[in-house]
Amino acid sequence: MQLNRVVITGMGAISPYGSGVAELLSGLYQNRSAVRYCPEMLAIKGLRSLVAASVPDSVLEMAVQQIARKHRRSMSSMSIYAVLAAAEAMHQAGVGAIECESGQLGVILGSTLASSATTEEFFNDFARDHSLERMKTSLFFKIMNHSCAANIAQTFSIKGRILAPAAACATGSQSIGYGYEMIATGQQEMLLCGGADEHHPLTSATFDVMHAASTAYNDDAQHTPRPFSAQRDGMVCGEGSGVLLLESLSSALQRGANILGEVVGFATLTDSGNIANPDSAIMAECMQLALDNAHLTADQIGYVNAHATATEQGDIAESNAIAAVFGDKTPVSSLKGHLGHTLAASGALEAIATLDMQRSGKIVPTLHLTEIDSRCAPLNYVREADSDVDINEHRPIDFALKNSFALGGVNTSLVLGRYISD
Amino acid sequence: MTEQEIITKVNNALVEEFELDPADMQPELSIYQDLGLDSLDTVDMVIVLEGTFNFKIREEAEIKKIRTLGDIHTFVQRKLSTEA
Repeated sequence: MQLNRVVITGMGAISPYGSGVAELLSGLYQNRSAVRYCPEMLAIKGLRSLVAASVPDSVLEMAVQQIARKHRRSMSSMSIYAVLAAAEAMHQAGVGAIECESGQLGVILGSTLASSATTEEFFNDFARDHSLERMKTSLFFKIMNHSCAANIAQTFSIKGRILAPAAACATGSQSIGYGYEMIATGQQEMLLCGGADEHHPLTSATFDVMHAASTAYNDDAQHTPRPFSAQRDGMVCGEGSGVLLLESLSSALQRGANILGEVVGFATLTDSGNIANPDSAIMAECMQLALDNAHLTADQIGYVNAHATATEQGDIAESNAIAAVFGDKTPVSSLKGHLGHTLAASGALEAIATLDMQRSGKIVPTLHLTEIDSRCAPLNYVREADSDVDINEHRPIDFALKNSFALGGVNTSLVLGRYISD
Repeated sequence: MTEQEIITKVNNALVEEFELDPADMQPELSIYQDLGLDSLDTVDMVIVLEGTFNFKIREEAEIKKIRTLGDIHTFVQRKLSTEA
């Protein structure tokens, strides 16, 4: 079976830096931390992690003008982020009403959970007297598991397929991977792929109860999380949405679209050994399968964008897996020190950043990585001090591999390419 | 509550809930064609009115006949006068 090449013609981002891909890239290249101390989290009894990377309030305030009430009424903030990111991706790709109504443009986008804030608001009221008399019709649409994907489709009158993968922190990467497979096999010509999540104190609490959240930097929020670092103490939750418009190469060429990159490989497999503890060997197998899928060898990969969330178990296991597949020469960095862990959005936001690093040849280093944890494997860790190299030394990166791993044992690896025409 | 106070209270509640322009709150306007509400909105409208006036109207058949903003004003006035 002849498979279609799958290219990227649009990208959109709502990140802890604010609205738009340009804002995301600017924050990353400037090595700014988007993590803040959140005093409102003090209201949660027992919560030790009081830091988060939240999207600025101005994004939701602006959304009142950007999204009509008819559509916005069924959205929690994660759907608003997803719709705004999708709008940016479609605008960049030059996709409009004709493509939306064609049935050949679909949506693959998920979140970790349905909106916790909306659910909490409802149950706070419901618990008063167990009455449904105050329940509005929009409640269900805000907390459906496919709320983000459905809201994108409704807002833009998209008639193609809808899929809402739920694979926690691997959701964004899985969406891109499944979209790649769907377009490669000719089921859709275009797909808006990505993930979205909104921060709620209970999201941080989920990791805090597992002793996986950063708790020692509440007074120094701009210096956590610290992937691969000897001074790391856990992850920091973020929020936002990343969306990539994937398209068959033939469709993109026919439309004369500007091609931003290519998805050349994908693998996902399940670590069924433990629902929370990662297995380095299975991570390595996932990366190797993605390389096989891309018909590439490890030495052809110029950069690995690590999942590395700054948890002890995750960082050490992933570094060993990268070492097993790539050795110690391939540059490696994690963006969690900049963005926190944007959960379901992370795979897509970090894929957007990876594609731009491939274009510019400038690798965003791992933030706060002054002293590498000696238990992490020896790798070519890109650190802040390394990013001051002469701009003339930057060379575009033909191929990069992007990891996303999730609680529940979901491992994913994407292989991204610079677009090179035949 | 005077007739005008009821109208103002209804209008304020609907303006806030459905993000309507206060200048559009003319009694002759259709809540569907002119104000842009749909079937989901009318369900929520009942909940908003119940919360605003502290009465129960969900099961009242007359609600289904409402077409204009003026119909809502009349309905609420009648309901409040019956309960008084």
